Amino acid sequence: MASLVGSRVERKEDARFLTGKGRYTADINIANQTYAVFVRSPHARAKIKKVDTSKALKASGVVEILTGEEIANDKIGGLIAGWAIRSEDGSEMKVPANPPLAKDNANFVGEPIAVVFAESLDEAKSAADMVKIDYKVLKAVTNPADAMKSDAIHDGVDKNLCYDWLLGDRKAVDEAFAKADKIIKVDLINNRLIPNAMEPRACVVDYNTASEEITLYTTSQNPHLSRLVMSAFGGVAPENKLRVVAPDVGGGFGSKINVYNEEIVCSWASKKIERPIKWVAERTESFLTDTHGRDHVTHAELAVTNDGKFLGFKNETIANLGAYARVFGTVTPTYLFGPCATGVYVIPAAYSNVKAIYTNTAPVDAYRGAGRPEATYTIERLVEKAAMELGIDRTEIRMKNFPKEFPFKQTLVHTVDSGDYVAGLEKAKQMADYAGFEARRKKSEANGKLRGIGVSSYFEACGIAPSAAVMSLGCGVGLWESAEVRFNPTGQISVFTGAHSHGQSHQTTFAQIAADELGVPMENIDVVHGDTDKGTFGMGTYGSRSLTVGGIAIVNACKKIVAKGKRVAAKMLEVNEDEIEFKDGEFVALKSNKKKTIGEVAFACYLPGQRDEMKSPIPEGDEPGLIESSFFDPVNFSFPAGSHICEVEIDPDTGDVKVEKYTAVDDFGRIVNPNIVEGQVHGGIAQGIGQALHENTQYDETGQLMTASYMDYTMPRADNFPEFNLGFTCTHATSNPLGVKGCGEAGAIASPPTVMNAVIDALGGQEISMPATAEKVWKACKAMKKSNTKAA
Amino acid sequence: MTKVTLEVNGKKVSKEVPDHTLLSVFLRDNLNLTGTHIGCDTSQCGACVVHVDGKSIKSCSTLVADIDGSKVITIEGLAKDGKLHPMQEAFKKTHGLQCGFCTPGMVMSAIDLLKIKKNPSDQEIREWLEGNICRCTGYQNIVAAVKEAATKM
Repeated sequence: MASLVGSRVERKEDARFLTGKGRYTADINIANQTYAVFVRSPHARAKIKKVDTSKALKASGVVEILTGEEIANDKIGGLIAGWAIRSEDGSEMKVPANPPLAKDNANFVGEPIAVVFAESLDEAKSAADMVKIDYKVLKAVTNPADAMKSDAIHDGVDKNLCYDWLLGDRKAVDEAFAKADKIIKVDLINNRLIPNAMEPRACVVDYNTASEEITLYTTSQNPHLSRLVMSAFGGVAPENKLRVVAPDVGGGFGSKINVYNEEIVCSWASKKIERPIKWVAERTESFLTDTHGRDHVTHAELAVTNDGKFLGFKNETIANLGAYARVFGTVTPTYLFGPCATGVYVIPAAYSNVKAIYTNTAPVDAYRGAGRPEATYTIERLVEKAAMELGIDRTEIRMKNFPKEFPFKQTLVHTVDSGDYVAGLEKAKQMADYAGFEARRKKSEANGKLRGIGVSSYFEACGIAPSAAVMSLGCGVGLWESAEVRFNPTGQISVFTGAHSHGQSHQTTFAQIAADELGVPMENIDVVHGDTDKGTFGMGTYGSRSLTVGGIAIVNACKKIVAKGKRVAAKMLEVNEDEIEFKDGEFVALKSNKKKTIGEVAFACYLPGQRDEMKSPIPEGDEPGLIESSFFDPVNFSFPAGSHICEVEIDPDTGDVKVEKYTAVDDFGRIVNPNIVEGQVHGGIAQGIGQALHENTQYDETGQLMTASYMDYTMPRADNFPEFNLGFTCTHATSNPLGVKGCGEAGAIASPPTVMNAVIDALGGQEISMPATAEKVWKACKAMKKSNTKAA
Repeated sequence: MTKVTLEVNGKKVSKEVPDHTLLSVFLRDNLNLTGTHIGCDTSQCGACVVHVDGKSIKSCSTLVADIDGSKVITIEGLAKDGKLHPMQEAFKKTHGLQCGFCTPGMVMSAIDLLKIKKNPSDQEIREWLEGNICRCTGYQNIVAAVKEAATKM
């Protein structure tokens, strides 16, 4: 039987999505449901003096209005920070309380203060306008550098500093820098982004008054984790009385990891009002309250020798946390950032210093890549600048500093199990016709255009797992993943996974894996996810972990099914277990060539007997049935890597930047389904180009979000991109039996520096910040013209 | 309240609705045709595109009372006798969708393009899709799907 792993299998998900039969949270309606509308702070920083609901309560259709006071009285807990980070001086990070409904203070525009439940959405909206809130408006601060000098937003958080974190050795770095021929310096802004999954957040809650169970349908990347947080920290209901279902979810990109205020409030309120509740975010609510991404200001330096050897690296970064620390908010700028900031290079000494600062803006958390795009942008801008300043070819300087042997003990934390960085960059150069660039540059120049080329080589630590490792770094939970494989009596198989698909195609790829392991057609396998009542506890999908952690749990559970099958088949065929071979779905007795299919064995496991004879196929010590589970906790992260090359052409008269060519060569180890992997890379590159050229989040000085709709926030469109040219190299991961590495975030990690290096090259080395909008580029072109005229 | 009569996916429907009812809301809430999605409040994302009298329109910015008497086709009305429309087939074949949220609008919009232009170039496809936002695919396989469908339609 041909292996399904590695083949371009069409998706199982598509039939329903293409015919309008997908079932997203907003598609769910429950008889007798009420509609929730949240009353949100219009101020970025204010004391809440009084909330008056009396008039609104009398409005047509209103069922109930609840406020921060009621939720506090019911002792419902708030939102949490998932990782505890320590400062360089050993002190613990400062985390303020984040109640689901603000009672005394509002700290960003959009923070919910009260909620109206009404018979119709129109009535709820209209009543929400009648809730009167008396505020004392305070001076807001949105810029972290200013926040470090302003009044504390939260009591007891001096200088608005959550932590001042250090990874690495300052003394060793000083020594390395003292030996350098040259110090390359960059000052970078990693622009704040809004993830913008196309499906706005939503929740539908159903409270069963008889069983006292709450069912929450929600737009989550990790329903089990949501239930754990809501139960353990929110106290909304005991875990066994709370069912969380994340049905079809329309994209996440990190923004649907967190348990949000609305889910906690609606779950709590549904029990209180004994009615189902439906809440669907408007797009502007998503802009205001979904967690944002990036927002770093970094100064970084690279110590080099004249012949291009790297000796030392350091960065000083200020990260904007927003108003509150959320699930991955505190780890994103630290352990997901610092260790990757030395990139794919042998750099003997390094440190990464990050100050995380509270401001009156929406909370900042993981967004596709989380920390690793910021890290890659830092090191790859430095390396490109080093090549320019030293007059060494940008690819040659990279090759020179790549590790040539694996495992590679990276400078700060990780031991990278496998890779071949030289092969990746060589292949990218060839695919991009790197050698032919100067001719293309001349051709563009002849047409009055500026052409530039940029390279970026990256690695990243993903497949976020090893529980012992992440918990030692401050993670509040272990990041293993679970699977259960249920072989039903008639041969169909249900594979339960704790991972969650919101575009990742697990129903297809996980079925491919299980089909190969069990030797059955993919059609016989259903992958079930996204419901805490179905399957074992799981940690969910983020950090490119579904396949490398969740997929392996499925492999291991399948192996247990085969192992038990072997014992049963041996008894059925009346041979010893070691005389049985399992191949292509059949248990074969090697000597006699008698066989039993896995389906026959499964059937026998459920019907273990026969008429007229006392005989069971179940060996002594085994039980009937054929169900196995696995909790997989890998020994290491997964380390995809690669090299990307971009060419841009700039029209100096308009400042318009056109991405002319984009080549990506990635090493994801063994690939389960090339269609899916290519799709992930396309999407990641598009988001990265979006960051480099188009997207930016803008708050004004009073903390109003100026980019709160698609009229103001530039979402990349189809005509912003060329056709991406993808290639792959392959070194197997050694930390899992499939040899797979994560692929979901790589595109978004590698592409921003690739594009910016190309833009800066086209501008003759002039530094420019992201996003390189037409206005900025046009100004840079004018400055260039001026200096050229002067020189002439 | 206004009484509206439409033919939706070949079936006649008649309902009394508040005057301000949008076609997107009418399809989703009154007819339970939830394949038409709402992804923004400002008519940019295109997840709500349907066909009204043969033309692609954004149902989130159309009052249902304004199109009384029209023929509406939604994503649910494309497949015939269990057979997918060539555009749906093409999206499946080229992996032109991931999370599936923008997909109904993309498919409806792309079908209209091929009505106007039989064999559009890559650039023409990309420009046509200006009104449809996808956050997952980077659009590459969507463009491939439209080209694939053009060979079949």
